[in-house]
Amino acid sequence: MLNARAFAEPIASRWTQTWSGRRRWPLVSIAGAAIAGALVLLPLAFLVIQAQESGWAEVQRLLLRHSVAVLLWNTLRLTLACTVLCAWVGVGAAWCVERTNLPARRLWAVVLVLPLGVPDFVVGFGWVSIDPALHGYLAAVMIMTLSLYPLVYLPVASALANLDAGLEEAARSLGLGPWQTFRRVTLRQIWPAVLGGCLLVTLALLAEYGVFEIVQYRTFTVEIFTEFKLGFDTAAACLLSLVLVVLSIAALGGELALGGRGRSWRTGPGAGRIAPRVALGRLSAPVLTGLSALSGLALGAPLGALVYWMLRGSSTTLPSGSILAAVGHTAFYSAAAAALATALAVPVTALAIRHRNRVTLLIERLAYLPMALPGLVIALGLVAFSVHHAFALYQSALELIVAYAILFLPLAVVGVRSAMGQVPPRLEEVARSLGCRPASVWRRVTLPLIAPGLGAAFALVFISAATELTATLLLRPTGVNTLATQFWAYTSELSYGAAAPYAGLMVAISAIPAYLLSRRMTTLARSERTR
Amino acid sequence: MSQLSVSDLWKGYAGTEVLQGVELEVRAGSLTAVLGLSGGGKTTLLRVIAGFARAERGSVSLAERTLDDGRTFVAPEKRGVGYVPQEGALFPHLSVSDNVGFGLSRRERGGEAVAELLEMVGILPLARRLPHELSGGEQQRVALARALARHPQALLLDEPFSSLDASLRDRVREEVHGLLREQGVTTILVTHDQEEALSLADVVAVLRDGSIVQQGTPAELYERPIDQRLARFLGAVNVVDAQFKDGAARTTLGSLALRDAPASAHAGAGVVMVRPEQLDVRLLEEGSDSRGTTPALAGRVERCRYYGHDALLHIRPEEQASGEILLARVRGEQALPAGTRVTVAARGPVSSLE
Repeated sequence: MLNARAFAEPIASRWTQTWSGRRRWPLVSIAGAAIAGALVLLPLAFLVIQAQESGWAEVQRLLLRHSVAVLLWNTLRLTLACTVLCAWVGVGAAWCVERTNLPARRLWAVVLVLPLGVPDFVVGFGWVSIDPALHGYLAAVMIMTLSLYPLVYLPVASALANLDAGLEEAARSLGLGPWQTFRRVTLRQIWPAVLGGCLLVTLALLAEYGVFEIVQYRTFTVEIFTEFKLGFDTAAACLLSLVLVVLSIAALGGELALGGRGRSWRTGPGAGRIAPRVALGRLSAPVLTGLSALSGLALGAPLGALVYWMLRGSSTTLPSGSILAAVGHTAFYSAAAAALATALAVPVTALAIRHRNRVTLLIERLAYLPMALPGLVIALGLVAFSVHHAFALYQSALELIVAYAILFLPLAVVGVRSAMGQVPPRLEEVARSLGCRPASVWRRVTLPLIAPGLGAAFALVFISAATELTATLLLRPTGVNTLATQFWAYTSELSYGAAAPYAGLMVAISAIPAYLLSRRMTTLARSERTR
Repeated sequence: MSQLSVSDLWKGYAGTEVLQGVELEVRAGSLTAVLGLSGGGKTTLLRVIAGFARAERGSVSLAERTLDDGRTFVAPEKRGVGYVPQEGALFPHLSVSDNVGFGLSRRERGGEAVAELLEMVGILPLARRLPHELSGGEQQRVALARALARHPQALLLDEPFSSLDASLRDRVREEVHGLLREQGVTTILVTHDQEEALSLADVVAVLRDGSIVQQGTPAELYERPIDQRLARFLGAVNVVDAQFKDGAARTTLGSLALRDAPASAHAGAGVVMVRPEQLDVRLLEEGSDSRGTTPALAGRVERCRYYGHDALLHIRPEEQASGEILLARVRGEQALPAGTRVTVAARGPVSSLE
């Protein structure tokens, strides 16, 4: 009895403390955050329910029939090779740009990130249209490495830019050579960034469908898609999806085990000094050649192919009227999804920042969960839900929009969180003392201050949704085409000339924000350094 | 009559009690300074009064109205308490005049009120500027005008001058003080700077270890602190052994009148507090004898801290038995080099110390 009381009291007092100063709970925020949490969990829950309905014998039969071992082997060897390659390429390029006297560094810093703005399946299309014989394991490894290495490059470059020179100088003065210093000091400091980037690469590989379909390489995602789309076997697709979820969770666990959550501490007081750059000297030419080759393969070749087919396409076929309709659909779905995701991210972050407790933190973590779930898995979960419980929703515009919103909720949360974290609670308090009720404080103070962050969140989700392929193929309303699906239809028919304008539009939509994002990351790193 | 009253206020965070039974009475129209060390709960006290945090126990009331007593809790926007935080906390997205007019109704904002407020704090020409285009002192004035716009029944200032440069601080302090006098608004000023508290406030309340240990006029506090710790916190001090007799204290520095009668309370031995400015320092020729002159102590200047307007001499008495180093404040031009031989005598009255 006494024990129970001792246990309950701190919780109760923490609860009242959390909400102190407010007479009414922020009900709107709580409702919004609850909806966001529920939406994230919904597809997963229905995936499990659907897979369960198959029964154990069926499960065994399916797993054997599909020769899961082959799929597993295909998926794992691809993931491993690509992730390791991305790590080497990403760290190497970041070190050259951030820590050497490479000519035109500022330009390289932008060019090396740009492949992020080209959808993977467009890169795949570019390469295959250059050489139709390109297929199989090696083709998949090459194309995915070229598309994904910026995911390692970006965090590592930012970590290197913020590194304190004092540590490396101390190591050198203690008798370590340059290579030993890099291995024992520098690499230790940037290790969390490297692992974080590798995790993103792994998750992207597990989720990829388009490229592997183009180069005819069978991974789990390809198999699930085929199973559902051609075999109409929802149960089998859901079952295999759960294997994919397990793989994603294993990747998360792997990152944790390797020390991805470790932190690079700076023990000394004051701002760290910027490390001096290494003079490349005679190595300048080889390094420049290497970086040029990387950019040429990752950016030049696919974009060159795209331009080539666009020029040829326009001379042979008339500009299709359907491209306008596709632009319209893409813009509408993406904008609606961006608005929904941003609207859900606001209460989730507001509660996590202003009313920090176990429940609100849990909801915030939940909002990051879709990052680890392939789009296909979320789409299948929603299909399983709508087919059995809400058939009106099945292949409706609303379902597609909700799927996008769930899929890209983590991006929205990141965008909103960085903005809201910068609004001092004191401003809101002062507004209260000046006679404003909470709702009006929100409207007159908080909202204007986080507006840029909301804009960034909206833009991020919009771009991602506009270039999404896998979930769109599954969920789009019958007969409706977006830029991505129309591109995909033409590519499947090998009508490269007709497909090219759609790809060009998608690249245009996403390249500009990718450029802005990379610039913002570099200025952010710089401002943190000067602080 | 007391305008704002805080009684038996308790408040803690994460298991540590920051405020432990604070009692505070603030007279209508007065400026009361709450003086305490950094991290001593001063800001917490203001936050409870403003309504940003709830009291755990005790009550807060303003002009006979209960604001917080465990059962009732008045929301911050309904308290009529103005708040000027440390860094000013101007709304960064609003111009100076929009900041000042923030708490006014739409109609009031349209009128002359905002311009009058800006005029009052002397920043009318800056009305269209944004906060980041202002200097620290200007930001403080905007924050003050913004809080005064709603004619609050009480105004809370949280270390309002500590972020300013030393040269600017004195001027802004003077201006703000004059303005508050003129407006006659009941004000609580929180500070860790004892000079600021003594020079600005009508009443100073010392917050220590979570409660108010003494409350009184600046002179009362400076002259009659309740203990040695507080005496030292308010300024340099000499603690001198004394024999009490007939309402006077006999010390090595002479026989000194005692401030606090009745004399009967001070029989026997004890200590008295002598502030450095109560010591008279005279040159003593080398070789001459101090005895036989006035009841004074001979010593040697060991160190001289020169401040310009005055100087603080560290004087070591010649006879070891006469006690520790004495601190004496003299006018700047009377600063003496280390090694100078001097006599020291004290001027009463003095206060005994626990």
